[in-house]
Amino acid sequence: MFKSLRIVWMMALLLLVSAGIAVYAAGGSITAMGSTALQPLAEQAANQFMAKNPEKKVLVQGGGSGTGLTQVAQGGADIGNSDIFAEEKADINAKALVDHKVCVVGFAAVINPEVTVSNLTQKQLIAIYSGKITNWNKVGGPNQKIVIINRPKSSGTRATFKKYALNGIEEVEGVALTEDSSGTVRKTIAETPGAIGYLALSYIDNTVRALNFNGVAATKANIISGKYPIWSYEHMYTKGEASGLTKEFLDYMMSSEVQGKLVPALGYIPGSEMKVSR
Amino acid sequence: MLKSKGQPAKNARLLKFRPAFAVDKVVTYFFYIAGFFLVALLFFFVGYIIYMGRESLNLGFLIRPPRFMEKGGGVGPQLFNSFYLLIISLIFSIPIGVGAGIYMAEYAKPNGITKAIRISLETLSSLPSIVVGLFGLLVFVNLTGWGFSIMSGAMALMILNLPVITRIAEESIRSVQLSLKEGSLALGATHWQTIWKLILPVAVPGILSGVILVTGRIFGEAAALLFTAGMSSPPLNFADWNPFHSISPLNLFRPAETLAVYTWKVNSESLVPDARQIADGAAAVLIITVFLVTILARFIGKKLQKGNAS
Amino acid sequence: MSVAGRKLLRKISWTDMTNHLINRGSSEHGYFFREKLGCYYATLCGSLIILLTVVMVVFITMKGLAAFTGKHPLSVLEFLGSSHWQPDDTVPHFGALNFILGSVSVSGLAVLLSAPLAIAAAILIAIIAPGPGEYFFRPVLEMFTGIPSVVYGWVGLSLLVPWIRIHFGGLGFSLLAGSLVLALMILPTITTLATDALVALPDSYREGSYALGATRWQTIYRILIPAARSRILIGVTLGITRAFGEALAVQMVIGNTIRIPDSLLNPMCTLTSIITMDMGNTVMGSAWNNALWSMALLLLLITFGLILLIKKLGNQDLEGNNSHA
Repeated sequence: MFKSLRIVWMMALLLLVSAGIAVYAAGGSITAMGSTALQPLAEQAANQFMAKNPEKKVLVQGGGSGTGLTQVAQGGADIGNSDIFAEEKADINAKALVDHKVCVVGFAAVINPEVTVSNLTQKQLIAIYSGKITNWNKVGGPNQKIVIINRPKSSGTRATFKKYALNGIEEVEGVALTEDSSGTVRKTIAETPGAIGYLALSYIDNTVRALNFNGVAATKANIISGKYPIWSYEHMYTKGEASGLTKEFLDYMMSSEVQGKLVPALGYIPGSEMKVSR
Repeated sequence: MLKSKGQPAKNARLLKFRPAFAVDKVVTYFFYIAGFFLVALLFFFVGYIIYMGRESLNLGFLIRPPRFMEKGGGVGPQLFNSFYLLIISLIFSIPIGVGAGIYMAEYAKPNGITKAIRISLETLSSLPSIVVGLFGLLVFVNLTGWGFSIMSGAMALMILNLPVITRIAEESIRSVQLSLKEGSLALGATHWQTIWKLILPVAVPGILSGVILVTGRIFGEAAALLFTAGMSSPPLNFADWNPFHSISPLNLFRPAETLAVYTWKVNSESLVPDARQIADGAAAVLIITVFLVTILARFIGKKLQKGNAS
Repeated sequence: MSVAGRKLLRKISWTDMTNHLINRGSSEHGYFFREKLGCYYATLCGSLIILLTVVMVVFITMKGLAAFTGKHPLSVLEFLGSSHWQPDDTVPHFGALNFILGSVSVSGLAVLLSAPLAIAAAILIAIIAPGPGEYFFRPVLEMFTGIPSVVYGWVGLSLLVPWIRIHFGGLGFSLLAGSLVLALMILPTITTLATDALVALPDSYREGSYALGATRWQTIYRILIPAARSRILIGVTLGITRAFGEALAVQMVIGNTIRIPDSLLNPMCTLTSIITMDMGNTVMGSAWNNALWSMALLLLLITFGLILLIKKLGNQDLEGNNSHA
């Protein structure tokens, strides 16, 4: 009997302790939540930040851009990480949010390396993604069926690619494979003959081939100068102006330590270097 | 009992030859082939995983944290998270599950409440785990404000555990011999005294081995944890055991990616060049852990039963 | 003092303390108090389970119905009957038929592949070779029910998908890959339950049949399988339930193309895979997100349907057994 009482006490105690921790955690740290594309950068920056300021805590979580924007708007997170502008997501009160563009990500159309094509014009790309061209021989490649690897409709990468590479046209539905994540897209393109997809520059390695767009290579220099148009900002949103620890961390994100070293190391482009803006 | 299920009488063959016997023989071979095909399939499956992950099966891989942008990362924090999450969820689900099991076995009258509990248990036990995860997102992550955390994950796992633990507790308690119970009551012990001092101790081996089996199942759970315990693992300081510190591994309100979730994610979003190897290694570790746990459950179940009998 | 003695003493003092704390009266009184408290505690736990289930169903139903109410309500007919899925258009369409058919076909095919093999293995374990069945097959199957679904998905992705691409053509990511992964996953579950069903049959069935001169095979398919039919079907239905609700293993190998499943080798999409992919990327409370919750509700309802089916089969089994007796 007394044992069962003890269990009840223990549970009550545990609940109390957990409530205490919840309060403690809310006071002593901030949370940045959202985009999985921005997560590696945010995590590394947070680690460095915490190494310098051991008493300050920055928690970084994934969950997707939608979750990040929802949480920051509802006050569930201090920073909402997003791949796209808050204005582009329906049902988000973008006016209440303050945008911090932490860096720029370039994207490129990538193909299976066995396809002997190195350049596609915007027209050709649109024709492929709208289903008008289905064979590589129409664009100067081998006689091989084109396999489209797409991202889910909710993905920020897909939104960016559709807007700047495909001029906003609606992709044909029902033929493309859809993979949720950059790593799987890369793996699938590398393994599937005739495959085409798109990836952030940081994910491109020698297993896939990046295509030139309208004759312009997807390089850092071309993105900075504005010649290459397929890129987007990575955003950190705060509800109202940032203050306290949130502001400190965002300032750190913009400092030369992150912008000069970490951002390029991860294949992103520092926002400050951009000669064009959106 | 099993021995009695032998073949039909051998002297049947002495009777006239019937095609039915030939058919019987052929069919028997077919069943053997089917059975061994199934076992071969399962063994091939496990063999493949362990073979692929063989290079990762060393202590370093098990305790190192994941690396960033370079080769050679491990799964240390993820492995810790898996076990920690498991323990926390059991701390919540065992008292409730055993309590409910006691109710079902000892107090339940054939009325509406009992029926409602039965239906609830059946419902909970067959829910798709992704639905449990979504419910966790709604209630534990958002409503309570716990965020993606061990606490939210443990609660989601509790929902998955409860029906199984309740059922096992109920069955173990029911299997305690009636004469024991009646003897205790006849000696003047109250109902609860009988349950607490007599029935529960006898039922413990059954409950324990059942709980360990559950452990194996939820150790590999991923879908319910994606939206509750989260998909990130903050740096942990394994020298700091104060649960109130946010980098302490014991903190209940930090996000915690488990090994199963990591297996799913490492191949997709990760920037490490050896993602494939890590996923292979993580899958092998998952499988081996689950097997060890199952064997442990059988062992404990047998050992305790023997202990009781003597 | 011996350890046991010390333990006893501690026990006594604990009991006394709690008695004093709780009722400050005689220990006679304490027994009844505890008696009540124990009963309350057990009842509380039972009620907690009901509460949890109700809260869960209510929350998911509320979120799931949000898409059908509100400013721009979605029609139930469009949601269930249309395959037009354009969530990001200016006039969005949320036809979920693609996903519903996808889930149905992948889990249905998985069971078609898995059930015959599982039942055949169950017959072997329960009837033909009960000795090795009990000491070898059963422990093996028990272990395999515990393998995490992500591991199935991972092997599917790294082994099965390339294999299908090379030997059957197509992309590899396909209905076939999804079904095979699920079939392997539910195989131990169905086998275990079917074995239990056959073992539970009274020996008299078998003995009577043999005595009448029937061969073993005749006994199996004329007597034993019909007698265990409803319980075997329960196992198969549980297999479907598990396959239907599986998310990650399927999402990894199925290709996630939003289309009506029309060929074994074409990629397709299921309710669970679209939820997994889009839930985090959409904004809570938006029409798109609500449509995903509606799919979660649909998953819940279909699970309920399957549970009802299992219950019905269970009742049949009871009636059948009663009439046999």
